[in-house]
Amino acid sequence: MPDGGPAVEVDGLVKRFGDVEAVRGIEFSVAAGEIFGFLGPNGAGKSTTINMLCTLLRPTSGRARVAGHDVVSERDDVRRRIGLVFQDPTLDGYLSGEQNLRFHAELYGVPRSVTADRIAQVLEMVGLWDRRRDRVQTYSGGMKRRLEIARGLLHSPRVLFLDEPTVGLDPQTRASIWDYIRQLKEAEEITIFMTTHYMDEAEYCDRIAIMDSGGIVALDTPEALKAGVGKDRVQIRTADDEAAIVALKDGFGLEATVAEGAVTFSVASGEAFVPRLFAELGVPIVSVSVSRPSLDDVFMSFTGSTIRDAEASASDWMRMAMRGRGGR
Amino acid sequence: MTDSTAVSEGTEAGAPRPPLKVVRVSVPERSVRHDLRAVKIVLHRELIRFWRDKLRMVSGLIQPVLWLLVMGTGLSNLMTSGGGSGPGGEVDLKTFIFPGVCAMSVMFTAMFSAGSIVWDREFGFLREMLVAPVSRSAIVVGKCFGGALVATLQGAVIVLLAGLAGVPYDPVLLLELLGLMFVGAFALTGFGVMMAARIKSMQSFFGLMQMAMMPMMFLSGALYPLNGLPTWLTVLTRFNPLTYAVDPLRQAVFSHLDVSPALERTFNPGVSWGDWIVPVWLEVVIVFAMGVGLMGVAILEFRRAD
Repeated sequence: MPDGGPAVEVDGLVKRFGDVEAVRGIEFSVAAGEIFGFLGPNGAGKSTTINMLCTLLRPTSGRARVAGHDVVSERDDVRRRIGLVFQDPTLDGYLSGEQNLRFHAELYGVPRSVTADRIAQVLEMVGLWDRRRDRVQTYSGGMKRRLEIARGLLHSPRVLFLDEPTVGLDPQTRASIWDYIRQLKEAEEITIFMTTHYMDEAEYCDRIAIMDSGGIVALDTPEALKAGVGKDRVQIRTADDEAAIVALKDGFGLEATVAEGAVTFSVASGEAFVPRLFAELGVPIVSVSVSRPSLDDVFMSFTGSTIRDAEASASDWMRMAMRGRGGR
Repeated sequence: MTDSTAVSEGTEAGAPRPPLKVVRVSVPERSVRHDLRAVKIVLHRELIRFWRDKLRMVSGLIQPVLWLLVMGTGLSNLMTSGGGSGPGGEVDLKTFIFPGVCAMSVMFTAMFSAGSIVWDREFGFLREMLVAPVSRSAIVVGKCFGGALVATLQGAVIVLLAGLAGVPYDPVLLLELLGLMFVGAFALTGFGVMMAARIKSMQSFFGLMQMAMMPMMFLSGALYPLNGLPTWLTVLTRFNPLTYAVDPLRQAVFSHLDVSPALERTFNPGVSWGDWIVPVWLEVVIVFAMGVGLMGVAILEFRRAD
């Protein structure tokens, strides 16, 4: 049982696929009981990292310990102590929800005397008790995901890994999944390690690491990260974006980029800046919006683009390559 | 609460919601007992899925019935009209074909079961199995025996058609047939699982299986007796593993029939290496050993796939 050490400890972890360095020597540790989030666009190396921590991928170099055990040399010890919820579904649709859990219990060697109780408990926790005898085929996307979370918890892991737990779900279902995750943390005294590329979800984490092209560019609590930006984000739509960017640089010394179709820049006390902007820019402005720093801005200040733009440009083949490997 | 062990088992409908309490579980160290549990549950899952998929059971029947009733009847007609009181006289061709049809149906079902690994990979379930703290061998062994058992169950349905082919319903014979089918199915599932370890898509798996199974079937003696063939064909049939799975089935059937020695020689010549007739026990050993060998390769492949 918990020995007081960190739940996850990573030191100089590297993963190379041929010439591509998917993870470039990252380093961090996660305390027991934390909800720790990995935030970044697809292709940033989040899934590769999580796969190494789950013993599914062998690191090229570096060390990682999960629940007090080395992911390479003590693989089975790690596996017994972690729960996994993958990005892609891993349920057997021909079996009922309960049978899927029973299969998992037997495979993980959960003692028979507690199997039934434990299955009932996790099913109840994710609100699927009433549907336990229906085939998983008949479940909705959100229900399937909840069942996978229940299954990941079945053997009382110390660390639960959630790889994009809400990807592809509608906002309502996402919210309810988050309710479950938070309840869970209270009921199970568990460490949760998750990846996401939804900014609003990252807010739920105790700490987040921002990952970009294989490295960790920032790591702190969401509040501290946002406070660190210290500037508001201003987005303007103009008649001529090129001219506006040049004018901002020459007239105000501000670095602006086009993000989400608008000229975007950060500036201290944005509201006070807007009147000056209208007076002095010299390029007609169609609309303007000022926002307090969000995680988006944090992301932008560290990586120079918004996560959606980074997403669009992230090389898809890299993601495919990783999926292919992860599928074995 | 109850201590139920079977996956398919449920409590009575409308069972009261259990009180929500935290049940802590500790997962034991890996042990032989734990691996056996894993073998059992993987096997159990195969059975549940077979049972739930009634359509598969029925469609698995169609091909053998076609062979037996349509091809068997059609060809025996050819023999009686062509040869007059020829060798077809006393033994119905359907009877001759019956063991071959049993072998074929078992073969196809076994391959399908093995193919479920590819299916599991495509639908992600294989991952659930491969990340569990159990040995890969437990999963492969469970798959192989599960597949063999499912194929034998399908075979049992065919065996029930024995009457249509003029094969007597002798309980001893039926048990013999089932046992032999299990051994054959085991070897074929081993082969299928070995292939499935490398093949990543359903299409290529079934394409490849089709390619492997057709020649194996044609060269096995399932459809014609293996004596008096041209040398090249004789050699090919002797190298075909399926030959040694079909022949014991036929020997078993013929030992429960009352036929003249001449007919027996024509229709049930056994498998010979040169002048030596391979005994049934050796055939069974060959098939079983092959199954174990293929399963071993499959285990190695799944271990390496890390």
